[in-house]
This record gives sequence, structure tokens and C-alpha cells, in this order.
Amino acid sequence: MGALSFVCAALLCLILGFLLYESWSLVADGRWLSFFSQTGWYPLEGLFGMTPMIFASLVLTFGSLVIALPVGLACAIFLEFYAKGWVKKSFQSLLNLLAGIPSVVLGLWGLTELVPLIGQIKAPGTSVLAGAVVLSLMILPTLALTSYAALTSVDRSILAGAQALGLTQKTQILAIAVPAARSGIMSGVLLASARALGETMVVLMVAGNVVQMPSSLFAPVRALTANIALEMAYALGGHRASLYVSGLLLTIIVWILAYLASYLFNKGRTVSHD
Amino acid sequence: MIVAETLAPRLSEDIIESRAPAHIKVNELAIYYGKKLAVNGISLSLHRGKITALIGPSGCGKTSFLTTLNQLSKLNNQVTVTGEIHFDGENLTQNNVDLLSLRRRVGMIFQKPNPFPLSIFKNLDIPLKEHGFKNRAERIEKIENALKAVGLWDEVKDRLNTSALSLSGGQQQRLCIARALVLEPEVLLMDEPCSALDPISSGIVEELISSLRDKYTVVIVTHNLAQAKRISDYTAFFWTQNGAGKLIEFNNTRQLFSGPKDERTAAYISGIKG
Repeated sequence: MGALSFVCAALLCLILGFLLYESWSLVADGRWLSFFSQTGWYPLEGLFGMTPMIFASLVLTFGSLVIALPVGLACAIFLEFYAKGWVKKSFQSLLNLLAGIPSVVLGLWGLTELVPLIGQIKAPGTSVLAGAVVLSLMILPTLALTSYAALTSVDRSILAGAQALGLTQKTQILAIAVPAARSGIMSGVLLASARALGETMVVLMVAGNVVQMPSSLFAPVRALTANIALEMAYALGGHRASLYVSGLLLTIIVWILAYLASYLFNKGRTVSHD
Repeated sequence: MIVAETLAPRLSEDIIESRAPAHIKVNELAIYYGKKLAVNGISLSLHRGKITALIGPSGCGKTSFLTTLNQLSKLNNQVTVTGEIHFDGENLTQNNVDLLSLRRRVGMIFQKPNPFPLSIFKNLDIPLKEHGFKNRAERIEKIENALKAVGLWDEVKDRLNTSALSLSGGQQQRLCIARALVLEPEVLLMDEPCSALDPISSGIVEELISSLRDKYTVVIVTHNLAQAKRISDYTAFFWTQNGAGKLIEFNNTRQLFSGPKDERTAAYISGIKG
């Protein structure tokens, strides 16, 4: 057991070390700052402006959260307060099933069904909107299941108190249970953002891959992750190092999000059981 | 002659007692968990403006009886109740009782303080809003009055927007009492409200309960016989018989403690049994 966890920790360190090593040539001489200052992404000419892609990644993540959070919370509330017996069990396994669908399958569905639909409203169809919708499907189970766990851990005596005051079930849920579970729900949101931010295949397939600032919902954009996947095969020298820097950046952001998520989740547990 | 002399003071006392009108009249109440009989033989009157203590060893159905009075027993769908509870011309054991308005009129305080993990203000504001107080100024006034009634106003008036969980245990319990009082109920049910508190807080809460006499009809479950003796006007003694709880004796507190009619009562209050 101890040896296995050591291997696991060592692997993580190796990955981080490798990313640092490969991106060092740009980090050491400060050229990585040009990622944020330069406007264009022309790596062959030494222009490494990544801001549009960073923004695209953030907008895609945020968009998917806007869609998935209300739905996920509704699923969690349904599971905790309304569903009983076999309905509850099968609903839960449906969510687990959705979590298990490979992202490339979701991407394929997005590309063949959703993109043409959006394309009818505004061409070309591959867009921020398409990316956010398919990503939201991917993170929905995470949001629903973590919110459900957070609602389940709300102290039952608080809800009994609410009932003894003659509060309707709607008030009990929306005014008391959900706020009481907020840190657990927030930790689910952070986990889901980490997942959406790091997702590559879906955004590569449906978001359009044009390097530009996301100016509208229908604009095709390229996310940081998609950029690495698209260009790694032929990147050399500074170009290659710049891709590693963006990988390093993503890794660090995702780790921070995951850390915050577990911190909030534990905090929520101790507060509600005090 | 001697008999008449010894009976005389008792008789006059009984006449005085019977002038306090019954607020809730319980007749042959029995409670079942599934098919198992939990408590039976409960027939008693809860007098308006008086404090009635329910005493007896653990597991003899005091709390189960208490929760039938605001129908919180319905939370557990295993529970069935037979017999009658007359409250203002309505029989609460019937199925057509409006639970929300009943619970507004019959407040409840739990063993463990259970404030909502929200701000102090919201703890009292949410129930008021729920029960139709739309005017914010009116709500603020009611909240101030309720907090004054439990002696908490001076302690919390400058931090109404901080979390209720930042209060001490005794303060939390007084906040829960304020939360019940803010709805101006007629009856207050208390399930060992002091047992989770330190001695000083317990003393403060006990004094507070005493001060509620005349304004509210109070029913309090307590394991503390001295407390029952100090604060209650009437006492009901429960005991386990053949594996089920039973009301053994009900009388005004002074008579029950000075001249118990049942030998089990006598043994329990003298500390021999239970």
C-alpha cells in the first residue's frame, strides 16, 4: 500500500518535473511573459500570444457551468428530497453512466447533431456554444453527484427544525438545505471546472479551433488544451516549449482547483456536523 | 371528620386546578412504530398557560408523544397514531390537518440546538417570510421583540448578520426559542432543551422557560426531576410496561411529587428506580 502510494506521488512529481524541464527554455529567460503581451499566435515566427486561447478556455468552462449547475443542482435536489426506491437507484445509475461516456463519443454526437443545429442559426456551428453545451453534459454528473453528497450531509436536525416551524418543502430546500450545503456544492463546481478546463477532445471536435478572442456565443474558438493536441506533432524549439508552458499552466490551475474543492468539501462537513 | 379535614385542602386545590382550561386534550393516545406498540394509554389535558413536564426513564415514549402534538411524528412514515388529540376543536390524529398552520401555532425546541447554518437574522426572518409577513419593517420589529424575549438582543444586536453557528450552545438554544416565539405560537413543545447545555447556560434557559408561563402552553420533556419540580405546574410520569411506554400518572406537580398515587411513580421520583 505504502509503496504504491509512493509510486503514485513519484509519478506526479515526475510529470511536473518533465513539464518544467521541457518549458524551461522559455520560462528561464522570461520569454513566457510574451504569451500574455503578444496579440497573435504565430509560433513559427516567434509570436506566442496565448491570451485568446486562455480566454477561450475560461469562457468555455464558465459557459458549461452556467448550463450544468442549475440542472445538476436540480438533479441533486430530486435525488435527495423527492426520489424514492427504484426511481432513486436508477436515476443515480443513469448519472454514473453519463459520467462514464468517453468524451470522444460526446464529441462525436456534438459534431454530427449539435453543430449542424447551431449552424442553422449561425454558421459555421462549431462554436463557443457547441463546446459549452457538450462540456456541460460531461460535467453534469460531477455536479449532480457532489451536490447530492453535500445535501445528504446537511444535518437532519436542521431540517426537522425547519419542519417544526411550518416551513414548506420548497423553503426547506431552497432557503435552508441548499445554503447549508453551499461549501460542498462549491467544491463540486470547482471539481467540474477543473474537468471542463482540462478537457481536450470535446473542445477540439466542436469548438472550431480558430485562434481568436471569443466575441460571441457563435464564434469558433480554440482552447489551450486543443492547441496542444493540434500542434504537438510538428512543434519544434520555442514553439514546442510554449506548448509545454501552456500544459504546465493548465496542470497548475487544475491542481489548485482540485485542492480548493477538497478544502471546501471538508469544511462543509465539519460545519454541518458541529 | 378527620377524613374531611385531610380531604378539604386537596379538594379546593383540585377545584382551582380545574379552572385552568384545557388547551389540548389527549384521549387514549397510542403510538405504533410499524406494528410494534411504542406508547399507549395517554389521556391527559394540557392546560392553557401552564407548564407540563413529561418525566420518566429513557425510551418510554415521552418524545414520541411530544412529536404527535405538532405532528412531526409524520416525518417517519413507519409511525401510526391512534386515539384523539383535541386542539381547538380539531382532532390532530385525523389526516386532514393543515400541518403548516398547526406548526405555526405549536412551536418546538429540540434537545440539541439546531439553528439554521445561516445568519442570526435569517434564522428568524425565514419563518416570518414563510408565514406571510411581507413588510420588512414589521419583520424587523418582531425579530427584535423575539430576541429580547429570550434575553439575546443585547448580546447579538450588533452582529445580526453573522452566522448563528458562531454563538455558544446556550445562545444557540435561546436563538431557537426566539425562532419559535417569533411566530407567536400558542403552544411550545420542548424536548429536553437544557440537556445539551453547560450548567450556567442551562440555568439561563430554564429561567427563560419559567418566564414563558401564562403566555404560552408549554410541554417539556426532561430527565432532570429537580427541573421538573422547579418549573412545571403539571407533571406526567411515563414508564415502560410490557415493552411499551405508558402514561402512569398525571397530576399537578406538587401533588405528584409530594404524594404520588402509583408506587412506580414513588419509586422513580425517590430515585430508587429508573
